[in-house]
Order: sequence, then structure tokens, then C-alpha cells
Amino acid sequence: MSHQLRGKAACVGMATTGMGEAPGRSAMDLMAGAVLDALEDAGIPLAEVDGVFAANAVHSMASMSLSEHLGIVPVISDNSNVGGSSFMQHALLAATALEAGLINVAVIAYGSNQRSAGGFQGVSEPLPYEAQFKPRNPITSYALVTSHYLDRFGVTREQLAEVPVAARAWANLNPEAFMYDKGPLTVEEVLAARMISDPLGKLDCCLVTDGGAAIVMTRADRAKDTRHTPVHLLGAGVAHYHRMISTMPDLAVTAATTSGERAYAMAGLRAADMDSVQLYDAFSINTLLFLEDLGFCAKGEAADFIKGGHIAPGGGLPVNTNGGGLSCVHPGMYGLFVMIEAISQIRATLDGAPAPRDAGGWVPETKLALAHGNGGVLSAQATTIWGAPDTV
Amino acid sequence: MTDVAEATGPEAQYRAYLAEGRFMIQKSRSSGQYVFYPRVAEPGTGARDLEWVAPSGLGRVCATTVTRQRPEKGGDYNIAMVDLDEGPRVLSRVTGMAPDEVTIGLRVEAYVDELDGAPAVLFRKVEGAQ
Repeated sequence: MSHQLRGKAACVGMATTGMGEAPGRSAMDLMAGAVLDALEDAGIPLAEVDGVFAANAVHSMASMSLSEHLGIVPVISDNSNVGGSSFMQHALLAATALEAGLINVAVIAYGSNQRSAGGFQGVSEPLPYEAQFKPRNPITSYALVTSHYLDRFGVTREQLAEVPVAARAWANLNPEAFMYDKGPLTVEEVLAARMISDPLGKLDCCLVTDGGAAIVMTRADRAKDTRHTPVHLLGAGVAHYHRMISTMPDLAVTAATTSGERAYAMAGLRAADMDSVQLYDAFSINTLLFLEDLGFCAKGEAADFIKGGHIAPGGGLPVNTNGGGLSCVHPGMYGLFVMIEAISQIRATLDGAPAPRDAGGWVPETKLALAHGNGGVLSAQATTIWGAPDTV
Repeated sequence: MTDVAEATGPEAQYRAYLAEGRFMIQKSRSSGQYVFYPRVAEPGTGARDLEWVAPSGLGRVCATTVTRQRPEKGGDYNIAMVDLDEGPRVLSRVTGMAPDEVTIGLRVEAYVDELDGAPAVLFRKVEGAQ
């Protein structure tokens, strides 16, 4: 018997705002604007919204600030924050509240003007037992894991560099990507970039951009008369093993192993069923770890798996098809953009391209897409699986 | 700094030991498992029978990075994680060698010294060890 939440909620509207640089606009401008655009995309009036889910680095009670700004009196108001994967967790909680009949229309929202406001804005407090040694988190933690991974599996920086190279190739097809017109990237350029925290150089690290995003979710029955074909949430799972990197149980195994198992179990699907895969690539190592932990290849084999452009346009598995956090957009917390790309690829199959892309930017016949979020220092993992109506 | 006898919670006790120049970790009396960082109970079991023990101080580097920094700001420095022989992992720095010469698998030993004016558990290479 399938899980009671499988396919019961669907995304019926989505929007991004101020992708890249949005000078003169606040985080709230971007977040609230994205909500209104997403509702317009759905064809649902603001007055029907009764579930508000939001998190960012600016508003400590983001759903309250957002509701006030838009004049919503929500039945469910949720700011749960597990870093960049918060929004996948919001999708699971929204689906639960929708199916329980507590709410009818949920919005999930994010906004950040960090680039225009002067740079990366973290949400983390200094971590006890680590802060004294002056790690520059998040990068120090990711660099430590990368050093361990490369040593343990005999992987080189050259092999790792295939990740940002593939991400850039996708970005080169996406006019909304920050690096769209910056040309292709080579392995040599990745290796020659300024070292930030060994073995991670500048081009192993995500962009620092502005951006807002929102999606609208409702029950499948309500979704039938919206403007676009609904894209259903088939499965979702969240998990975290640690908060501080020194407490990560196995430095080469993330909690995506568990979040993925949970999402696949709810959806009744497995990795091989996915037509496109969106993975939260805050750093190049993420893509290798998540391909393994989510079952696309065995542990330690991701470098072999991706070689020869296997995850690049025209390869065997389309991964991070918007250009990823490495080359499309990364406004501090990137998770909602990951989900929007997964949903967009399915909508492109159902309703035609939601936005212009160069040839190959929309993956033909995408009906099942995985969107995986990552939060903290490879800590909070959240996996969502989205599908076209005929996959429910 | 509160002294060990007066410190109540595990974080305060840990820091009080450190102020005396001692690196102490916890051990569950019932399970025999070592615990670091200091907690009110053993993670997983919730056993509240943790007692302070002195670890051997020996361990092996399992991850290492060089935080790149301009010389005028103090220059590059190492951050590493060490798997203690007792089991727990610690984030710290390996000192006494160039930050980029710290390698995974390096045998190290803990020592307590001041770092920016506060006592800290740091690590240095064990000479002659494999």
C-alpha cells in the first residue's frame, strides 16, 4: 500500500525574483514579490493562502514577517530552519497539513539580498568546541570533508573539478543563470582558481547572489482548476546526523542516505526512476556525496560516475540543470531554487517551457525529478521527489 | 574562570579543566563509550552516568585544511580533525609544522596551550610514529 501522503499535495505555482543581483531591493521585497508572482502563476488569490512557510538569514521569524507584509492570517505559520534544506522540509510539512485538512493553500518562500547588501550572510551561531580554532564556516567544514573524501577514495582535484565544469555547461544554456554568458569552464581553470580552504578553490564554491523564490502547494483536488498542470509531491524525507562537522559519524556518508531512503519509500520509487536530479551543490564535493548517498552510484565511485560529462548536458544523467548553486544562483539558502528547478523540468514536459532556455536546457520527457536539499555543514538533508500527474 | 569544583554543567567543567591545563573527555560508566564534546548524557542511550577521564591524547588526523589568509592578516593556518584513539573526533589545529604539510593519517598528540588568550586543545606531530 502506498504512503498516505504520496501524490496528495502538488505544486501549482512558482516564481523566482531578483535572480543574481537585485540592488535596491530588500530580502522582504524579494520574498513577498516571489509569493505574489507564484500565486499569479497558480491563479490563486492571496486571500486563499492559509499556510505560510518561510526561512531566511534576515528574519528570525520569517513566516510572521512575511504574513504581516502580505496581510495573511495563517492557520499554520512555520519558520522551521534547518539551513538550506528548510524548504524541502517545509514541503513535507505543508503536504502533511494539507492532507490533514488544516490548510488549503500553502506558500513556501525565501528571499535574500546578500550580494547587494555586502556578501554572504550566515544564519549560524559560533559552534561551541570549534569556534575557538577560527573555522570559516561553512567552507572549512566542507573542505575538511573534501580532504577526507579525496584521500579515502583516491580521488583527485581534477576529477572533482568535473562537477563545477558540468554545472557551468548547464548554466550556459540557462539565461536566468548568473554565469550564463560567462562561457564554458575548464578543469584547468578550476584548478588554477585561488585556493580558499584546501582542497577547495574559488570555483569549487557556490556563488554569492541575491534572489527570492516561492512555490504554492495545494491538495490534488484543489489543483485541478489552477492555471498550470500540477506537479505532485510523491515523496519527501528529512534527516540529520550532526550539527558540527566534528560530530559527523562518517565523514564520507551524509544523512542524505536516510532522507533519500525515506523519500524513495514514500514515493515507491528509486534513483534509477528519476529523469532529472537536482542536488544542493554549495560546494563541488556535495554533488559527489549526494550522487552516492541517494543511490545513483556506489560509495566512493561518484568521480568515475561523472567523468566524461555524464552529468553535463547531453550526458546520461541530467544533474543540476539550472547550473546549480555553483553557476546559476546561490543567495545564501538555495534549497527552494533546487525544488523549483525540479518542478520546472516536469512542467516543461507538461505545459511547455516555463522560461526560455538554449537548446538542451529543458530535459525532454522529464516526468520524475528529485530535488535534494542540504543545510548547515552537510548536516540537514532533505529529499523530495516530484512527478507529473500520470506518475501519481 | 570557574574552578573544577565549582563548575556545575559539563561545558563549564570541561573549560575549568582546560584552564588547569588538562584535556578531559567523558566516558559512560555503563557502556564504556567515550564522549566528546562534553554533554549531559551519552548520545543515543541518554545514559547520565558520564564521568571525566583523561584520554591518552593520541590520535590520527582524518581531515585537514589550510585556511588561506593574507600575510598581513596573520597568514595561512591549519584546521584539522583528529580521531582520538578513544574514538571521539576533535576539531583543532595541528601546530609545529607548515599548515599544508599536515597530512591525513598523521599520528598526533594533544597538548593544552593558549590560543588567542584562551586555553585550547591543540595537536602536534608524534615524532617517529607511523
